[in-house]
Amino acid sequence: MDLLEYQGKQLFARHGVPVPDGRPATTVEDAVAAAEAIGYPCVVKAQVQIGGRGKAGGIKVAKDGAEARAHADAILGMDIRGLTVHEVWIEEASDIAAEYYASIVFDRSAKAPLLMLSTQGGMDIEEVAERDPAAIARLHVDPLIGFQDFHARRLAFEAGVDGDVVRPIGELLHRLYDAFVAEEAMLVEVNPLIVTGDRQVRALDAKVTLDDNSLFRHPENDALRNPSGEDPQERMAKERGLTYVKLDGNIGILGNGAGLVMSTLDVVAQAGGRPANFLDAGGGSKAEAITSAVEVILSNPKVTAVLFNIFGGITRCDEVAKGLIEAFRQISPTVPFVVRLDGTNDAEGRRLLAEAALPNVHVEATMLGAAQRIVELAA
Amino acid sequence: MAVLVDRETRLCVSGITGREGTFHTLNNRGQGTDVVSGVTPGKGGQDVEGIPVFNTFHEAVDRTGANTAMIFVPPRFASDSILEAEDAGIRLIVAITEGIPAHDELRVCTHLARNPNVRLVGPNCPGILSPGKANVGIIPAAFFKEGNVGVVSRSGTLTYQIGNELAQRGFGNSTIVGIGGDPVPGSSFVDVIALFEADPETELIVMSGEIGGDAEELAAEYIAAHVTKPVVGYIAGFTAPPGKTMGHAGAIVSGSKGTAAAKAEALEAKGVRVGRTPTQVAEIAVEILGTHA
Repeated sequence: MDLLEYQGKQLFARHGVPVPDGRPATTVEDAVAAAEAIGYPCVVKAQVQIGGRGKAGGIKVAKDGAEARAHADAILGMDIRGLTVHEVWIEEASDIAAEYYASIVFDRSAKAPLLMLSTQGGMDIEEVAERDPAAIARLHVDPLIGFQDFHARRLAFEAGVDGDVVRPIGELLHRLYDAFVAEEAMLVEVNPLIVTGDRQVRALDAKVTLDDNSLFRHPENDALRNPSGEDPQERMAKERGLTYVKLDGNIGILGNGAGLVMSTLDVVAQAGGRPANFLDAGGGSKAEAITSAVEVILSNPKVTAVLFNIFGGITRCDEVAKGLIEAFRQISPTVPFVVRLDGTNDAEGRRLLAEAALPNVHVEATMLGAAQRIVELAA
Repeated sequence: MAVLVDRETRLCVSGITGREGTFHTLNNRGQGTDVVSGVTPGKGGQDVEGIPVFNTFHEAVDRTGANTAMIFVPPRFASDSILEAEDAGIRLIVAITEGIPAHDELRVCTHLARNPNVRLVGPNCPGILSPGKANVGIIPAAFFKEGNVGVVSRSGTLTYQIGNELAQRGFGNSTIVGIGGDPVPGSSFVDVIALFEADPETELIVMSGEIGGDAEELAAEYIAAHVTKPVVGYIAGFTAPPGKTMGHAGAIVSGSKGTAAAKAEALEAKGVRVGRTPTQVAEIAVEILGTHA
């Protein structure tokens, strides 16, 4: 789960990471009220999860109420690279003397949190890493020992931060680590981490990714919403407990097991087709889950054909067939289906489908054959 | 021979009294696995079709000599159960549970790494099957027979697909190991490939990877340096868009990192042939070993 900038800053603030004063707003009136409360100059920032907001005109400084109103009016509803801005963050303007970079990444390869600090902030860190890898100080922290003061000193001295801010930067890193662990984040990134004219350190931006599997322990994070990032099919699937990812093609895909579904997408693409979605119906799916999944797939208007690729282990092919038959009874799909059933109770599943004689449903024996057939039918 | 599970396996199941736990425990027993006990706190003294249930792993190990644990409890209890099994002296822990928080996995794996006598496989995996010997987990044993192909995979159903393609061409398996789809797996491709390299029954190794992380790239380096047996690879997720979690918590392309193309290239650069479809994996296996049908 990726947070919006302001959600990340509010999370930081809960753990004592210094951030500029700010307020969110979804209407022009609220934005102006927020600006009046914060004072001028202030910054109006579009809240969408995409880089290049500034260049797109989504970040503007306002020096009075009229400007705050004009900027909020322009930015709310703006389209930034395909995302509509539903929210702005009004923040006190900062006096920037230096721009640094700090982050903590869940490093799955090293099986430890990786901390990075650099004095070259305010730009794409992957570019910095490529151009001047020595400019980024990095170290791993043992998750059973946690962040120690010496970690902070090593990072600050190796990165070469100004001597007078070594201690406050170390303090900020410590609190950032606390936030990373307490909120169970996969990533916390501060770019830029600024030093102000009066030598205060602050997180001027916040990029936070949380672990979806831990959200049951963090109801306040689970409740956070990002209206511009939500796709209608993905929301519908989530409400039904299905694992669904929207793609940009026209062939709906349903399979069981994440690996097999990914493989199915690849095989369909190799056959010249373009998948419309990833949908993992999960292990042991009953007929109702299959019917429900068909509804989600077909609610995407771009879908012109649907492929079922099932290899039954715990999942029983007869249950899948029953689910498809029920979906036809309830919603009478008009697009062609190709169904490949293998594994547990496959013969019974194919018998049920043959008996039901559903219109425009084609049974194929192999995964490759099914992929070729669906590409022909979708064209 | 086989790896990890065999006739020496004495299995204790955590979560044996749950619906899924009971179902798969009895399946495993029916397939020849020596299931000696189960653990469900508060249900000590009961039994599941003759399998005694204990309150703690320590009691189960003391009383029944269990050497292998299968973890079937919900995500919020799973890391605790894994740590308890390790503390009780279990040497192989197979965690089926999907959805364990990543930070829990980090702490568990860091702790377990300091004990050279224990191995964790999973979590979020289908388990381990040595056909004809033992099955610990949810892999449908009926599709597989004994043979000389070792399979290691991050996915369950994709393993069945590849295994079935191999079976149709007459191949059987020494062992099939599901290492799971989470970001911090207890055992990696390298760990399992090393076991297959040392296993006399295994003549060919099939590794099935997917997007996310760098476990396949590390395996490529390891194979080039240490493996004499032929290895055939498969990678799922060429069409996965960046930044999206594709079902498995660990299956995500982050920026330009963890793509299927990069993994396939890394393997091929080290001489590992990579099938572009599950069918092609089986065809390459036939080329290498000859037809066994």
